[in-house]
Amino acid sequence: MIPFLKNALISGTPLVFAVLGTMYNEKAGNLNLGIEGLMLLGAVAGFQMAIITENPLLALLFAMIFGALGALIYAFLTVTLRANQSVTGLALTIFGTGLSRFWGKRLMGMVLSETFRSYFRPISVPFLTKIPILGPILSIFVEQDIFVYLSYLAVILSGIYLYHTRFGLNLRAVGENAAAADASGINVTLYKYIHILIGGALCGLGGAYLSLVYVPSWQDNITSGRGWIAIALVIFTSWNPYRAFWGAALFGGLDIIGFRIQTLNLPIAINQQFLRMLPYIATLLVIIVGSIRKTSNHMAPKDLGNPYLREER
Amino acid sequence: MQIIKRVGASKKQIIIIRLIAIMVALVASGIFIVMLGYNPITVYSNMISGALGSKIRLRATLLEMIPLTITSLGILVAFKMKFANIGGEGQILMGAFGATYVALFMDWLPEFLVIPVMFLVGFLVGGIWAVIPAIFKARFDANETIMTLMLNYIAIQWITYLQYGPWRDPELKGFAKIANFPQYALLPRVFGIHIGLIIAPVLVVFIAWFLRRTKRGFEITVVGESLSTARYAGMDISRIIITTMLLSGGLCGITGVIQAAGVNKTLTMNVSSGYGFTAIITTYLSGLNATKVLFVSFLFGVLLQGGSYIQSALQIPQSAADVLQGMLLLCALGSEFFVQYKVRFSKKNSVSSEVK
Repeated sequence: MIPFLKNALISGTPLVFAVLGTMYNEKAGNLNLGIEGLMLLGAVAGFQMAIITENPLLALLFAMIFGALGALIYAFLTVTLRANQSVTGLALTIFGTGLSRFWGKRLMGMVLSETFRSYFRPISVPFLTKIPILGPILSIFVEQDIFVYLSYLAVILSGIYLYHTRFGLNLRAVGENAAAADASGINVTLYKYIHILIGGALCGLGGAYLSLVYVPSWQDNITSGRGWIAIALVIFTSWNPYRAFWGAALFGGLDIIGFRIQTLNLPIAINQQFLRMLPYIATLLVIIVGSIRKTSNHMAPKDLGNPYLREER
Repeated sequence: MQIIKRVGASKKQIIIIRLIAIMVALVASGIFIVMLGYNPITVYSNMISGALGSKIRLRATLLEMIPLTITSLGILVAFKMKFANIGGEGQILMGAFGATYVALFMDWLPEFLVIPVMFLVGFLVGGIWAVIPAIFKARFDANETIMTLMLNYIAIQWITYLQYGPWRDPELKGFAKIANFPQYALLPRVFGIHIGLIIAPVLVVFIAWFLRRTKRGFEITVVGESLSTARYAGMDISRIIITTMLLSGGLCGITGVIQAAGVNKTLTMNVSSGYGFTAIITTYLSGLNATKVLFVSFLFGVLLQGGSYIQSALQIPQSAADVLQGMLLLCALGSEFFVQYKVRFSKKNSVSSEVK
């Protein structure tokens, strides 16, 4: 059970970054359907840098930069040019998928060096895993690779930022009611740009985890739909970074459970495709139940999806 | 700098803005092509001749245009109502699923009835896939963008399940594939293409007429423009949302029927191959105008077919064509702004300094 939970966390790690990235977009009032494309851009850029330099920091930085660059296109179109957010996001996914595929063609079959991979071996936190009884349970969390620790950091920092800083408060104001935020002196455009870019960088990191650690090699569509799951997860976890972490771990677990079940020889055949449907069905139910109880409408940033134009206030 | 809403841009202005957008896209893609080590002019001319240069190529272009047109019409009715139907992909697959059931398992039907029943069932199953989110939207105002998006992935897993499970053709050992349709369930052909070539323009005319000339079509627009107006006029909004989405998903379902029975000859994942998503963009670019949908879809057909042609002619990978397509889309989306608004750099030289 413990190895399974460990793996669920690992499988959920790209989702953690992508969900946080999506969340920053939505907190700024932007529904970004380009997450899949952004993740792919980060994945391919990070992998390329890892091949060239064998430097993990540069690889991650490069992944973030490319995620942010993709997001910049989206931000320019939706914030400055007020293009339709859903349509722009879809175009961004088409663009990102195409570019990553094109770029990745020459990376196909390349292998990351042993030294590079050694940076991402699991590291156990001293003492914690040695505690009797509690130790093995803790080891789920503290015997992981450095990227997973990075995801904890991203979650905690996001939580503090959103709920305990003035900037986070302002950001939420922009997403809830851009006109009111503007009236109170917040620079709506700047806030949208910055957080869409931060979101893109996080999505890039999520993609990079797949190409650098999880797989680790390049393959077309390496994200295999995780960008869409991230969009679903944001709703599932009601725009809360801490819940996002647990949600990502849950969906990560669902993603690998299919393979597990096949090896278990259970008396009842549980179909892999039906298991793969679960995250989507769960999200659907969350939206439906939420809307019946009026909670999901309540949780979502109120200005989500609305372009903001000061002159039309 | 000041941004002002245009009060109805003139036709000439719109055309100029669109042309500028296309130029920007061509230049941006040109830079990309030069970086690949090719001559942009060669690539563009090859794309055009690859899409239109011969009878066979033109047919391939039309084969891309047909599913795009019909799906776009489906998306169009939903968008008119301001219902963000992102679920075309799933509705296409479910329509194809319905048609496949008829083609493979309803062998008691007289042969001449098979194809009409396939269309009917495909329309209904695709429609139901859109009615599910419509019900929750109408009753509880649930977010339809995400609901339709999720239903795509549920449909994909469902078709995969059928392909690897109960519908797997037992005669093909070691290869998971659903059996090919019998001859009588394949679409008749005209001009070397399947009958979709006629169905698509007929549907365009029908939807254009429906939206402009009928009461039902008018209701859709009213609900889209203003819910309170619709309510004040005593319209049954729930009923309108649900029946409109039946039509929207049904049209996507028809795409599924045509792709399965006219192109793939069976049910596979290739039946949708991204048409549900691309159609959202073609619909948007057509400005929610049914007649223009045909034109925009044809242009996209040229783009898709030209893109796959340069792959074989110039050894430029297909993915490069996807990148070009993405760039073109992004530029086209950006140009919309200049149709809607004019930018004025304040100082009193008013209209003369507007920037396109």
